[in-house]
Amino acid sequence: MYDLKALYEATSVANAIELLTAHPEAKLIAGGSDVLVQMREGRLAGKELVSIFKLDELRGVSTDADGTLRILPLTSFSHITRDPLIQEHINVLGEAVDMVGGPQIRNIGTIGGNTCNGVTSADSAATLHAYDAIMEITGAQGVRQLPIREFYVSAGKVALSHEELLTAILIPKKAYEGYKGHYIKYAMRNAMDIATLTCSVNVKLSADKKTIEDVRVAYGVAGPVPMRTPSAGAAAKGKPVSAQTIEAFGEAAKLDVNPRTSWRATKDFRLHLVGELAKRGLREAIKLNGGEA
Amino acid sequence: MSVGKSVKRIDAFDKVTGRAKYTDDLCPKNALIAKVFRSTVAHGVVKSVDVSAAEKIPGVIKIVTCFDVPDIKFPTAGHPWSTDPHHQDVADRKLLNTHVRYYGDDVAAVIAENDIAATQAVRAIKAEYEELPFVLDPLEAMKEGAPQLHEDQGFKNNVLAHSQSGYGDYEEAIKTPGLTVVEGWYHTPIVQHCHIENHLCYAYEEGHKMVVVSSTQIPHIVRRIVGQALGRDWGSVRLIKPYIGGGFGNKQDALYEPLCAYLSTQVGGRLVKLEMTREETFVSSRVRHAITYHITTHVKPDGTFVAQRMEGFSNQGAYASHGHGIVAKGASAFSQLYKSELATKADVYTVYTNTPTSGAMRGYGIPQVSFAIESHVDNIAKKLNLDPIAIREKNIMPVGFVDGFSKNENYYPSHLQCIEKAKAYIGWDEKKKQYANETGPVRHGMGMAIFWYNTAVWPISLESSSCRMVLNQDGSVQIQLAETEIGQGADTAFAQMASETLGIPLEKVYVVSAQDTDITPFGTGAYASRQTYVGGFSVKQTALALKERILKQAQEQTRMAPFNLDIIDGKIVRTTDGRVLMSLEELATEALYSLTHSEHLTAETTYQIKTNAYTFGCTFAEVEVDIPLCKAKLLNIVNVHDCGTLINPALAQAQVHGGMSMAIGFGMSEQLLFDEKTGRPLNNNLLDYKLSTIMDHPHLEGEFVENPEPTSAYGTKALGEPPACSGAPAIRNAILDATGVAIDQCPINPHVLFASFKEAGLL
Amino acid sequence: MAQLQLVKCTINGEYRETMVDVRASLTDMLRNDYSLTSVKKGCEVGECGACTVLIDGEAFNSCIYLAIWADGKNIRTLESLMGPDGALSDIQQAFIDETAVQCGFCIPGFIVTTAEILETGKEYTRDELRKLLSGHLCRCTGYENILNAVEKVMKQRLGKA
Repeated sequence: MYDLKALYEATSVANAIELLTAHPEAKLIAGGSDVLVQMREGRLAGKELVSIFKLDELRGVSTDADGTLRILPLTSFSHITRDPLIQEHINVLGEAVDMVGGPQIRNIGTIGGNTCNGVTSADSAATLHAYDAIMEITGAQGVRQLPIREFYVSAGKVALSHEELLTAILIPKKAYEGYKGHYIKYAMRNAMDIATLTCSVNVKLSADKKTIEDVRVAYGVAGPVPMRTPSAGAAAKGKPVSAQTIEAFGEAAKLDVNPRTSWRATKDFRLHLVGELAKRGLREAIKLNGGEA
Repeated sequence: MSVGKSVKRIDAFDKVTGRAKYTDDLCPKNALIAKVFRSTVAHGVVKSVDVSAAEKIPGVIKIVTCFDVPDIKFPTAGHPWSTDPHHQDVADRKLLNTHVRYYGDDVAAVIAENDIAATQAVRAIKAEYEELPFVLDPLEAMKEGAPQLHEDQGFKNNVLAHSQSGYGDYEEAIKTPGLTVVEGWYHTPIVQHCHIENHLCYAYEEGHKMVVVSSTQIPHIVRRIVGQALGRDWGSVRLIKPYIGGGFGNKQDALYEPLCAYLSTQVGGRLVKLEMTREETFVSSRVRHAITYHITTHVKPDGTFVAQRMEGFSNQGAYASHGHGIVAKGASAFSQLYKSELATKADVYTVYTNTPTSGAMRGYGIPQVSFAIESHVDNIAKKLNLDPIAIREKNIMPVGFVDGFSKNENYYPSHLQCIEKAKAYIGWDEKKKQYANETGPVRHGMGMAIFWYNTAVWPISLESSSCRMVLNQDGSVQIQLAETEIGQGADTAFAQMASETLGIPLEKVYVVSAQDTDITPFGTGAYASRQTYVGGFSVKQTALALKERILKQAQEQTRMAPFNLDIIDGKIVRTTDGRVLMSLEELATEALYSLTHSEHLTAETTYQIKTNAYTFGCTFAEVEVDIPLCKAKLLNIVNVHDCGTLINPALAQAQVHGGMSMAIGFGMSEQLLFDEKTGRPLNNNLLDYKLSTIMDHPHLEGEFVENPEPTSAYGTKALGEPPACSGAPAIRNAILDATGVAIDQCPINPHVLFASFKEAGLL
Repeated sequence: MAQLQLVKCTINGEYRETMVDVRASLTDMLRNDYSLTSVKKGCEVGECGACTVLIDGEAFNSCIYLAIWADGKNIRTLESLMGPDGALSDIQQAFIDETAVQCGFCIPGFIVTTAEILETGKEYTRDELRKLLSGHLCRCTGYENILNAVEKVMKQRLGKA
C-alpha cells in the first residue's frame, strides 16, 4: 500500500491541468516507476497524486507535416524501441532507452517521466540533447516550446511550472536527417543499473565518407544536468575521418564537462570515461554512417 | 535405487505452479503489522523516544521502546546450544537497544492495524541520542582510544575474540637461509546474502504457546532463542518454518522472531506480522564479515613454502552473532590447505565496529580467506616466476594428512584431480600460451584458485540429526527431519536416501517439508553444508530401523525368517530365491488393520555424528580486460568439486551454479558501502548494490570428481557452501595474468580497476 | 478514510470486479483480494521482478503499478499457466526438467516473463534471452538452468528441439 493522500485520475490533458491547478500540492504521476518508489521511500509520502496514466492520447510516435518527429510523453521505453519511425530516423534513441532498468521497467517507464524528473543519468537524456530535441509544454495558457537544453534547469529540476505538462518531445527533421548515432551507457552491471556516465554521439559524413560534416555529442552524469560538449564538436566538425580526429574529439570533450565525486564514482574516473566514451561513441557512429574508423 | 540419479526435485511442481506457500502466503490478512524504528546515528545512547505524535496516528495500536523491553540479553547465532557456559554464544543485545551500535539499530517498534499506519508512525517517532564517536574499520577499532561498543561485557578495545593457531616454531623457521619473503595485505568487503524473500515472521499465542511462523533455516534453534529472549520456557514456544525464499546463512540466526513474539505478547497474544523491507534486510539482518588479512610467506626458490604467517582482522559489526567462528575457520584453512615445511602461525581477531552485524554467509569465512590465500599464492608465483598450478601442487595438503583436532583425513588427491578436470575444460595450457604476449588495450588472462572446506560443525559443536518415518497403508512413507529445505534440494536428497535404504520407489516417499517444533523431531537445521552428510546418518539409521520393523511384521505375515527377507522396489522379497511374497502395501494395510496384532509401523531415531569430512575443489576463470574502459569481462568459468558421491548430480550442479554466481559477485561487483562521516549505509537496495543479473554472467560450468567419503552414510559430503569459495580469487588471478596488476582487494569493480591501472601506469 | 474505487478487469481469463483502495499496488490486490500468492514481494520497488505479471500481454512489476490502473485490463499471473485439467504448461515442465528451481521464490516471475517472451513466436539467441530475462534477480541458480529451460521451450515451440 502506498501512503498517498488522494489520487485524481485525469481524463484529458486539459483536465490534468485543471486538477494540478486545483491541487497545488499534488504530484504528477505518469508510469509511476519513479513517483511510487519515492512515495514508498518517504520523499513523497502523504502526497496527493494527479495521474495521467490513463491518457492514451499521450502515447505514440508520429511525424508532423514538416517531418518533425513527435514523440508523445507517455510512450513507454519498450514502445519507443519497437517503433518503426524511431527505428528509421533516430534508432539510437530506441537503443538508449532499451538500456533502462530491465524489461518490466521499460514497459512501464515513460520517456516523458524520464525527462521530467530532471535526472542527469536518464538514459534518454544524452541522446535527446544530442539531437536538439524540442520540448512541447502545455499549460492553461496554451502550448509553448523549449529547447531541451533550457528544459533541464538543475539537478532534479526542469522548466515546468506546477500547472504544466510535457505533451510532446519533438525532433526536427534537420536534426535527424542524415545523422546516425551511437549511445554508450557505462554502468556497473549490464542490466538493472543506473549509469555512471552516458554518452551519445551522432555524425553526418560527407558523401565520400571521408569527412565529418557534423558531429554532436552529449553526456549524462558529466554534470548536474545532461549536457552537450561543444568543444568536442568543434574539434571534429569538418575534419577528416581519422584516428587523430577521434583522439582530438575525446580530449576536447573533457573541456566542457563538470562531473563530481560521489560515492557512486570519483570525478577523476568520470572524467577519464568522458574522453574514452566520446572516442568509442564517435568511432561507432562513423561506422554506422558507412565510414571507416 | 535412486541415490546417484538426477531425479526431479520433489518440490518443483509446487514451486512452478505457485502452490508452494512461503511465510507471507500463509499469514492471515488480519494480522497486525509491526515495524521497527531505527537509529539514525551509528553509535550513541538513546536519551528519550517521543512517541506522542506517532501514537495519535489512526490505526496505531501500541508502540514499545528500548526502555520498555525486558532486561534480558540474548545470543542470536544459529549454533547448537552448549550446556557448557564457556562455549555458549555471546549474549550482547536486547530486543530493543538503548545503546545503539550501528546506523539502523532497533530502538522502538510500532504495532498498527495496517502497514501505512505503521510506516507513518515510524516516521513520526522522534528519538534523542547522546551521540558517541563511531568506528567502521576493525583495525581502527582495536586501537587505544577507539570508541568502545561492548566494554561493559569485558570486550576491551572491541576485540570479541582472538585466537592463535598453527604448528612448528615460526620464529625459528624463518631463520632458514635462502628464503624469499612475500608479504601482502588482502581485503574483502561487507556483502549481503540477498535472498529474494526478505526475512519475515508472524507470531500469535495459541494453546498456551507462543507460535512463531518464520522464514528461517533453523526452527529448533530459533525456538530456543525466542524462549531465551522473552524469558519463557523453551517448550512454550512453537516455531513453524514453511518454504523459504533463500537463506544463504542470513536466516541461520534469530533475526526478528524474538521481537515479533514479544510484540504479540504486548497486544494480548494477537497475531502480529513483522516483515523486513529490502532496505532493512541489507542493514539490519546480517552481512558477511569483511576481513583484512596480512600474510607473509617464506619460500624457497623452487616454490616450497617453509613458513607462513597470517593475521586476520574480522569486522564483526555491532553485535556478536556468529562471532569468531568465521575468521577462526579461515585460520584452519590457512594452516591446512598448504602445508609449509616447518611452521605456520595464525593470529585472528574478531572485532566489533559500528557497522551492521556480521553473521553466517555461504562459505563461513572461507570465501574471504580463500581470496587472501589464493591471491597471495599467485603473488608468490609471480615473484618467483613459477607456474601458479605447479607452486600449488608443490605445497598442497598431502594425501594421508590427518588433522589433529577434527580427525579429518585427506583420503584422495582431490585437489589435483579437480585441477586436471578444470584445466581440460577451460583449455588452460593452450590459452595461457595464446595470451602470454598481449600488449594492447584489451588483454586476456587465465586464473585459478583452490579452496579448503569441511563438512558440518563437529567437533566444535554438537552434530546430531533426528528422523521420523511413518509407513502408510499403501506402502508409502512420510519422513520428517529438522533439517530444512531452503532451496538447496535437501528434501529431494533425503527422499532419495530413504528410497534407497528402504527399498521403496521414490514416488512412495513423502517428505514433510515444513518444520514445526511441536511435531518435527529435534535437529538444528540448514548450515555448515551439513545436511546431506548429517541428515544422511539419521535417514539411514531410521530407514534401517523401520525396515527391521517391516521385516519383522513380514515374518509374522509370511512365516519367513526376517534375515531371508528384503524390501525391493516396494515389495517383500524372499532373498533365497528372489520370490516376491507380498507388496509393501499389502503388508502395511494388514499390519494396521489386523484384528490379532495391529501395529503402526514407524521409526524415529537420533544419530549423533562424531566425524567430519574434508571437501575440496577449484575454480578456473578466463577474463578479457579492456584497460581504457576499466572493465573486466568474465569469459569463461568452471568449478570442479569433490563432494564425495553425488546423491543427485543435476541438483548438485545447480547448487554449484548458485555458488559460482555468488562468488562472481563477491569478486567483481558486490559491496555494501557506508558514509564515512555518519556511518549511514549508502547502497542498501537492489539497484545500488550490484548483485549480478543474468546479463553479468558467462556460462557457468560445474563439474565433479566423485571420491566416496568413507565416513559418510551415503558417501557424500559438503557441497552447499564450497561453490562460493574459490571464484573471487580465480577471477582476481586471471586479471593479474591479463594485466600484470595484482589487486589485493575485492570486489574488483571498474572503480578499483581505474585506480589500480592508474597506479600501474596503464592509464 | 480510505478512497475506494471499483476495479473491473480480467484475471487469468475470468472477469472480476472488486472495490480497491486507491493506495493499493497491483501486487496488494492480486495477493490480498484474489489470493494469487504466486505474485511475490522481494523489493517493492521494481528491482527484483518477483511480482511480475502480464498486463495486456506485457510484463510489468505489479509492485509499482497501482491496482486501480488495472481497470479494464487483462491480467495474467503464474496461476494462469496450468491447464484446466491440471496439466502443466511446457514452460513449467521445462523449469522442472532443467532443474531451474531452487528456493522457488523468483520462479513465478521468471515463468511469467518467459510466457511473454515466447508468445512472440520469435527465435532468440542466448544473449538475447538473457536481456529479455534481465528484469529478474535470482540468488540461488546463477540463472544458468533458468536460461536453459527458457531456451529449451523456445526451441520446442519452434520445432527445433
